[in-house]
Amino acid sequence: MTVRRPWRLGLRFVALGYLALLLLIPVGVVFYRTFEHGFGAVWDSVSTPAAVSAFWLTIEVTAIAVPLNTIFGIVMALALARGRFPGKGLLNAAIDLPFAISPIVIGLSLVLVYGTTGWFGQDLANAGIHVIFSVPGIVLATIFVSLPFVVREVTPVLREVGNEQEQAAATLGANGWQTFWRITLPAIRWGVAYGVVLSVARAIGEFGAVSVVSGRIAGETQTLTLLVDNRYGNFDIAGAYSAATLLALIALVTLLAMTVIRPRREENE
Amino acid sequence: MSTTALTPRPVRRRAARSPSGALGLGVATLWLSIIVLLPLAAVVAKGLDGGTGTFWTAITTKQSLAALRFTVLVSLLTAVVNSFFGTMIAWVLVRDRFRGKRIINALIDLPFALPTIVAGIVLLSLYGKGSPVGISVSYTQSAVLLAFLFVTLPFVIRAVQPVLIELDREMEQAAISLGASNLTVFRRIVLPNLVPAILSGAALAFARAIGEFGSVVLISGNIPLHTQVSSVYIFNLIESDAPISAAAVATVLMLVSLVVLLAIRGFGRWGARYERVLERDGR
Repeated sequence: MTVRRPWRLGLRFVALGYLALLLLIPVGVVFYRTFEHGFGAVWDSVSTPAAVSAFWLTIEVTAIAVPLNTIFGIVMALALARGRFPGKGLLNAAIDLPFAISPIVIGLSLVLVYGTTGWFGQDLANAGIHVIFSVPGIVLATIFVSLPFVVREVTPVLREVGNEQEQAAATLGANGWQTFWRITLPAIRWGVAYGVVLSVARAIGEFGAVSVVSGRIAGETQTLTLLVDNRYGNFDIAGAYSAATLLALIALVTLLAMTVIRPRREENE
Repeated sequence: MSTTALTPRPVRRRAARSPSGALGLGVATLWLSIIVLLPLAAVVAKGLDGGTGTFWTAITTKQSLAALRFTVLVSLLTAVVNSFFGTMIAWVLVRDRFRGKRIINALIDLPFALPTIVAGIVLLSLYGKGSPVGISVSYTQSAVLLAFLFVTLPFVIRAVQPVLIELDREMEQAAISLGASNLTVFRRIVLPNLVPAILSGAALAFARAIGEFGSVVLISGNIPLHTQVSSVYIFNLIESDAPISAAAVATVLMLVSLVVLLAIRGFGRWGARYERVLERDGR
């Protein structure tokens, strides 16, 4: 529409002003405050034993949760896009639950199942398996919160590409696995990649659910996000800023990956 | 991300059946049940553990009610404010032209990619105690609104943008040539087309705000009856070893989320039907 110039400039000013005040300037200030005492201080702060251990724990948890959710996501997306079965609508809605439920409630729900007074906690403890206040609990919480991403990104792509090529492959004598690896997966790969990037970002960044189940033992069950909170709580503001900046840099890399993958995924659709 | 995720797409192809599909579906459903449904059932079961009387007492304490009322009100306000600015930002990103637009467009998703606790730190650095610009909202109700606005910023923008891109400009040009003002064109032609997308973005923002924890926990100060939101209240109950009360309040919070989730699916269908009508009319 041919919007008159003063209107257009006014709208641009207000919209960008809102973005700047809410998002861009605060993020810039964190970066500035982190590096105002030099790069060396930041490096010292993110290379303490507690920080290094938090970093590796975060990577470990992500490396377990994301592949599991990717496999689940592809299988579920195939079922939702190709299958016809009773209860499909209900299943479809259930997959969105982790998006809709508070991370704190998610953490609590795991405590109520696997905690010492939970449904299976005592039996598992007798078997020598500790879930809550331990790494398995953090992994379960991370799987829970990042569960829907791959399903939600892959299902529309599967619907869009259709199944003519799969049927052709089957007619030519390919078995299920061959069809999946050679036809289906190449067709959905950018959708999968996009879902994986979103899952990784969520897995690295999860705080609420993890803070309920972790017990926050420094060097053992403290992830990067918990480290930020802990340092802030102990009035180590500079330390909290350094760890937060590290996470913000990871988020910016995620954003870059999203920007690169998105057009390819849409081409696919 | 979750905006596209929750909007059902209208396109459907013929369904094909394969025997491996049934096994896959079974395993995937079992996985979903163990990871998600079983723990959530445990919350409801624990909440009702002491009977409905205990449940009712837990959710109607002064602190619980205050937290729930405050959370819902601020979440509603968040949805309204971000609907307004989100629509405006989407319009500027689609229709306006200026340097750096692509970078701005990519940065819109930053609140989704940024861990919530980092979002809290980010807001504290500018609007907390010792703020470089002298504005401190720490420990006030505005701080909670600010945190909610930050984390839900992308929802409305990302819901409205694709609709605005697809929108046919001919109607607008016709209206302009018939002498309609910019405001009339927006109100009578652009806005009605955007309503399903705005509502669905606003509902997503509301649902996200209702459960938000990480970004508010540092900046709000968690003052009971004042700046404490429900998620933080539940967290305090867990920490003070009151799992039954925590589960009861969590059940209420889950119910609110479920209602919103259903509403979002409704808006999604409405939007999809609208698209189909437009397609059928050859527009």
